[in-house]
Amino acid sequence: MGEVQGQGYIGQALGIADMLAVAYCHVLNYRADEPEWEGRDRFLLSHGHYAIAHYGALIEAGIIPENELETYGSDGSRLPMSGMASYTPGMEISGGSLGQGLIIAVGMALGLRLKNNPAFVYNSMSDGELDEGSTWEAAMSAAHHGLSNLICLVDINNQQADGNSNQMLGFEPLADKWAAFGWYVQRVDGHDLDALVAAFDAARAYPEAKPRVILLDTLMGKGVPFLEQREKNHFIRVDPPEWQQALAILDASQPVVGAEQ
Amino acid sequence: MSNTTAAKPRLTTSAMIASIAGEGQKTKLAPFGHALAELANTRPDIIGMTADLAKYTDLHIFAQAHPHRFFQMGMAEQLLMGAAGGMAKEGFTPFATTYAVFASRRAYDFIHQVICEEHLNVKIACALPGLTTGYGPSHQATEDIAIFRGIPGITVIDPCDALDIEQAVPAIAEHKGPVYMRLLRGQVPLVLDEYDYTFELGKAKLLRDGKDVLIISTGILTMRALEVAKELAADQIDVAVLHTPTIKPLDTATILREASRTGRLVVVAENHTEVGGLGEAVAAVLLRNGVTPPFRQIALPDAFLDAGALPTLHDRYGISTATMAARIKGWLG
Repeated sequence: MGEVQGQGYIGQALGIADMLAVAYCHVLNYRADEPEWEGRDRFLLSHGHYAIAHYGALIEAGIIPENELETYGSDGSRLPMSGMASYTPGMEISGGSLGQGLIIAVGMALGLRLKNNPAFVYNSMSDGELDEGSTWEAAMSAAHHGLSNLICLVDINNQQADGNSNQMLGFEPLADKWAAFGWYVQRVDGHDLDALVAAFDAARAYPEAKPRVILLDTLMGKGVPFLEQREKNHFIRVDPPEWQQALAILDASQPVVGAEQ
Repeated sequence: MSNTTAAKPRLTTSAMIASIAGEGQKTKLAPFGHALAELANTRPDIIGMTADLAKYTDLHIFAQAHPHRFFQMGMAEQLLMGAAGGMAKEGFTPFATTYAVFASRRAYDFIHQVICEEHLNVKIACALPGLTTGYGPSHQATEDIAIFRGIPGITVIDPCDALDIEQAVPAIAEHKGPVYMRLLRGQVPLVLDEYDYTFELGKAKLLRDGKDVLIISTGILTMRALEVAKELAADQIDVAVLHTPTIKPLDTATILREASRTGRLVVVAENHTEVGGLGEAVAAVLLRNGVTPPFRQIALPDAFLDAGALPTLHDRYGISTATMAARIKGWLG
């Protein structure tokens, strides 16, 4: 997808690819041929610019066809640069105005509970969104209403538009903050597949009436050493020969969930 | 203070959300809350949400009648609007209430992006529209209509009185899509029951005809316009009043039909800044269609307004009955 454009949020996409793989292959209830099935778990992409990664997951899940990949960001495509609900099957919300996803998730979780629908709401967000006051309005509200059907996923790649996230607006100690707001907190290596599986399972199974958050420490550009090491950019340009190099590296290192067990 | 100063009763700023009803005026209590509670008896999808202003938007009536469908979101307006959007995505029809200043200024991006971009079925009902409190700009929503008119697909309503509100509630609940409605709460004046009138979404209604002046009005200024018409009748000035509770989408056909009748001064009257409200909307419709009657605006000035007693402020800014009547007489020459 990024190759079509020659640029994009490639670093972020590689950073949360492992989480998305676990979410779509192991965790979420959905029907590929019925994206709006009432019983589905809702997966909200608050950071709309991560859509490039989410489209990959939706293709792997069979919700959108693989041959649409090459239309990414093109005029008339169902796969716009920033994810929007009205464009793409399986895209629950129009993200991108950062700090909105968790608030929408609170409303959906309240609504599901009112309907006695046992589905979960997952909100995927970036560490930059921790700067937004609305995130903390939502955090207080989810705990106040005891939303045990809400699971928040925070991608901590420590990178936002102007530099390192913790230098823009310090957010640590993050686990303590969420716990103080009344959440069940786990912090995991966002690239350890077994740890991710365990964290998702624990979040779903946690018995108390509290919302759940999984803090994911991730590396932008994960899996492609020259991207991991490149001067960190929020929006990176990749030269044509590098795409082939990156794909070759990723193809050679395909991990499998639980393979080592 | 000197005792020698002649004692003159001094008006003071009243409670923030005191009734705007005049002395002895017929009123109805909490029309919004009662209408919504009643509607919810047959509409299980209707829920009520507020940001710490249930009592001050009359939503407490709904909360008492349907406690399991009432959600107190705390003093967090962004949360209120975004969560209302989430509720709508799950198939509910939320009525979200706060003050108009907080919806239009603080929660704007959440209304724009969460609710309107997906055309979600959220009804935003907001108290203290325009100059209906003497607390100053922190609570005076003088530009809310201008702010919301710019959003594609939203419906904007400015009801006149208790009857308008009662009839608007089921109408906007029936409508699919986002609605912003200005709200009067507490003891709300009842005026339109004396006219052959029913609220219809998207329709302007001629309340009285007249050959000298056409007042195109909305909200509480329709109430004032009707009083002005009675006052000017004593001076043999014949005033028509076209009530326009739906500001978006605007009933352009009715406005063009009425404004095209020759020989009348057209006055647009609104409880809102002269910038971007009904006045400019009507002016644009007339110009685009080549209809150019003599045209004047009665609206709040493009300024941060004073704090004070409402009667004082309505006189100062030209939206009291007396000042409106005097200005119209002046324009007629």
